[in-house]
Amino acid sequence: MRFPTSAPPHVVAPNTVGRIMRLVIYALLPTMALHVVFFGPGLIVQSVLAIATALAAEALALRLRGRPLRLYLTDGTAVVTALLLALCLPPLAPWWLVVSGTAFAILLAKHAFGGLGMNIFNPAMVGYAVLLVSFPAQLLTWLPPDVAGLRSVELSFSQTLTTILTGQLPDALRWDAVTSPTPLDALRTSLAMGMTMQEARASPIFGTFGGRGWEWINLATLAGGIALLLLRVIRWHIPVAMLASLAACASVMYALDPGTYAGPMFHLTSGASLLGAFFIATDPVSAATSDRGRLIYASGIGVLTYVIRTWGGYPDGVAFAVLLMNLAVPLIDRYTIPRIYGHPRRP
Amino acid sequence: MTDLVGFIVIMALAGLAFVMQRAAARVGSEAARSVLIDRIDSLLPQTQCRRCTFEGCRPYATAIAEGRADINQCPPGGDETAAALARLLGRPAKKVDHRFGVMPDVPMVAMIDELACIGCTKCIQACPVDAIVGASRHMHTVIAAACTGCELCIPPCPVDCIAMRPASESVTEVIRLAPLPAAHMV
Amino acid sequence: MLARIGVRGGLRLDAHKERSTAAPIAVAPAPRVAVLPLDQHAGEAAIPIVSTGDTVAVGQPIARPGAELSAWLHAPISGRVVAIEPRPAAHRAGEASMSVVIANDGRETRYVPERSLSDYANITPLELREWIERGGIVGLGGAAFPTAVKLARATDRSALSLLLNGAECEPFISCDEMLMRERADDIVYGARVLLHALEADECVIALEDSSPQAADALRAALARADDARIRLVTVPTLYPVGGERQLITAVFGREVPSDGWPLDIGIVSQNVATAAAVARWIRDGEPLISRIVTVTGDGVARPRNLEARVGTPIAELIAACDGYTPRVERLLMGGTMMGIALPSDELAVVKATNCIVAASALDLQQRAPEMPCIRCGNCSEVCPAFLLPQQIHASARANDLAGLERYGLMDCIECGCCDYVCPSQIPLVERFRTAKPQLAAHLQARASARASRLRYENRRERLARLEAERRARLEEKRRLARQKV
Repeated sequence: MRFPTSAPPHVVAPNTVGRIMRLVIYALLPTMALHVVFFGPGLIVQSVLAIATALAAEALALRLRGRPLRLYLTDGTAVVTALLLALCLPPLAPWWLVVSGTAFAILLAKHAFGGLGMNIFNPAMVGYAVLLVSFPAQLLTWLPPDVAGLRSVELSFSQTLTTILTGQLPDALRWDAVTSPTPLDALRTSLAMGMTMQEARASPIFGTFGGRGWEWINLATLAGGIALLLLRVIRWHIPVAMLASLAACASVMYALDPGTYAGPMFHLTSGASLLGAFFIATDPVSAATSDRGRLIYASGIGVLTYVIRTWGGYPDGVAFAVLLMNLAVPLIDRYTIPRIYGHPRRP
Repeated sequence: MTDLVGFIVIMALAGLAFVMQRAAARVGSEAARSVLIDRIDSLLPQTQCRRCTFEGCRPYATAIAEGRADINQCPPGGDETAAALARLLGRPAKKVDHRFGVMPDVPMVAMIDELACIGCTKCIQACPVDAIVGASRHMHTVIAAACTGCELCIPPCPVDCIAMRPASESVTEVIRLAPLPAAHMV
Repeated sequence: MLARIGVRGGLRLDAHKERSTAAPIAVAPAPRVAVLPLDQHAGEAAIPIVSTGDTVAVGQPIARPGAELSAWLHAPISGRVVAIEPRPAAHRAGEASMSVVIANDGRETRYVPERSLSDYANITPLELREWIERGGIVGLGGAAFPTAVKLARATDRSALSLLLNGAECEPFISCDEMLMRERADDIVYGARVLLHALEADECVIALEDSSPQAADALRAALARADDARIRLVTVPTLYPVGGERQLITAVFGREVPSDGWPLDIGIVSQNVATAAAVARWIRDGEPLISRIVTVTGDGVARPRNLEARVGTPIAELIAACDGYTPRVERLLMGGTMMGIALPSDELAVVKATNCIVAASALDLQQRAPEMPCIRCGNCSEVCPAFLLPQQIHASARANDLAGLERYGLMDCIECGCCDYVCPSQIPLVERFRTAKPQLAAHLQARASARASRLRYENRRERLARLEAERRARLEEKRRLARQKV
């Protein structure tokens, strides 16, 4: 009897890129749900726009590069990029912002470098950074969270949709009536105006740890991140190193001068710290690849995030920190090759 | 505060540049040249065949470093070596100049017809890598594993008993035995 | 006693052992025609010492070692040598290999060896090693390394430890477990013979913690033998802990040097089946002419372990297990991780055949389409050699030999762990096997260039020195001549 042959191993685990990306998307859902609870349905509109743009851009790029459409369109990577970018944008940002940012991320940051697996920068963060430096005013215009005493105007879904698509608020509403800075932005502005940390934190937008509402969203992100850890989609090195180095920087400066510098808990629960640690910095393509390399890579992100937030020109620094460390990845990888079995040590 | 941090960073970078510049100056041009010769030499195939017109690989490397020779004079190294030299020296790549010689398709080693050999030791004196053993008026033979295929032993032989043969022992032989599982299972 | 856990990487895989361990070892019928490839051991092929038309008896030597690294070969059946010609061989995945072909006369005539050595303790270790060589015994774990050569290389070593490997190397294989359960006394006897041959004073029998019955049987055998030099160690069941280097690290907490052998750290490792084969040769005078083969998989009707003569066509083993099921799709020799897919079941069992998997679609896993590497690092997490397969893959794609060397391609043991976990479904092992010869040739060329440079420089120095000496002598003579004048 004759048999077909094949190369070993003859068994492989039923794990695919598509499955990993699906799990990442599921793990993002709690964060997105609480985001909608606190900031209204804007995120839903932004996500739909981002996903549609990402898939269209991906299809265009694949067609131009002559790659199989179905295989790559269903791998979920474009959707993850789209969702991460949508989560970073203000809920009422005009449609062209999310569309151009996503298209830029997919076409230039991803496919111009060779597509999946070849991009040296995190595509979502490239998209966000381009928008942030090009349109800082729109990007920093956030809404107040829907907690007692902060929200005065309630926008319905259709009003939200109209606002995003036209860039105009519904009748008789003015932008300064509906907007509010993010906690990091607010703290920064207050400190710049000469307030002490105590006076600044007295504002009603702050809760026990960070911004009210934001604390809960970040808690959901933490839960999603822990789920990814338990499902072994990501490993502990990057989130732990990034959060630890961010907390360490914050603790040192807080210990030196608690009147000028926010404490570690505030930094960990504000802005994109947790989203960055579990969902953005862990993008394996643009991260360092050995365990030790990942610890160095993520520690660098933590330090840079703190430096940019505290002394830089932008309220949050996760995006720039990630991009800067992406830049350092080839160097880190070069110097963190692990010792091989049976070798004394790396020469 | 921002100004202070910026100042510190810039001063640190300037300091680093200063230290590096000093270090480079100390190394000096003489040592740098010797390092360059070593690096060129390490790219050459070490056949010591003199096809390049120099006395061996290292003299050729020295000549390249001193600008007395071009990078395309090594037929045993082939276009690959010429390309590697071009990369090292930051010059445009060149194909090997065939006026310096053409290499056979497979690696060759010298083989002495031991019946014809009269034991004159002329080939032993010609061999640049001591790959021929023998004594005066005794039969000579080539250590195939040590032979670089330089062909320098062929012209001096008074009875023309040396011929080039394909190197039979080679890695390909080892690889043929490879299909057994590579893990060291007992 | 529990082993120190010094192993990193590896996979917890379903061993699928329970299918083939339910029934005791059965003896497979002797083949009608036995095909015996002369190169079925590591090293050089053996040289036949019989010719076509000769009549041979069971256990009669039919080929002698062709070089230092080679092994004897014996007739597994009695009958007539019908051919010495190239035949497709299992260990070459169906490629032809020079083989001795014997037709069975059914008489089972026994060959009587020149001597019997049952009182091995009264002869010198050297004599014992030479006698073990005559038994044609090779490593039965899969690599088929001639046992006598391993023993010979270990001479003049002090403080040697003998490691008997009872950890099954791969999923589906259960021949070592069944051997330990049913023939523990053979293993212990073989261990004592090997200890004497090596002049070693310690023997560790290592087995996985998933085979408690085997451990019990061995413990009982050890109690009967009452030999304090031999002890039992269980290691965690974690593929590929049965790999020689991985097992040594798990048991002794030390690593085998990358460019060396276990012997370099004072360890000689043998498979438990090899020890049992040594026992049968020394005690019963039966050379290595049969071995235990696991026949399993969803594609065979009654999975079990068979004691099969070397040279038996695989089809006859399958028949002894009541034939194929209709679901059979592929035939593997070895396990599912590293086994060779055989093109035909007419190939014969060789000394290294530990397992035949008649696999159905349920046993195999269809690969999804290959995607680009996303550098997730799952592969480096499971690599038992601590490599970064993702970087090796990138270097191989870029044809970057320096990168392949830097990331240690030559240290890859091809266990397939990286391949198994890869979410991009990249056939990493296949890629690495393709890249290895290129890198080997490159390293070889560089090593010989270095040697040539050294010889060239030495020669230049020598010539310069001789020239200087000649001048000095000339100068001295001139001076003496001047003095005379």
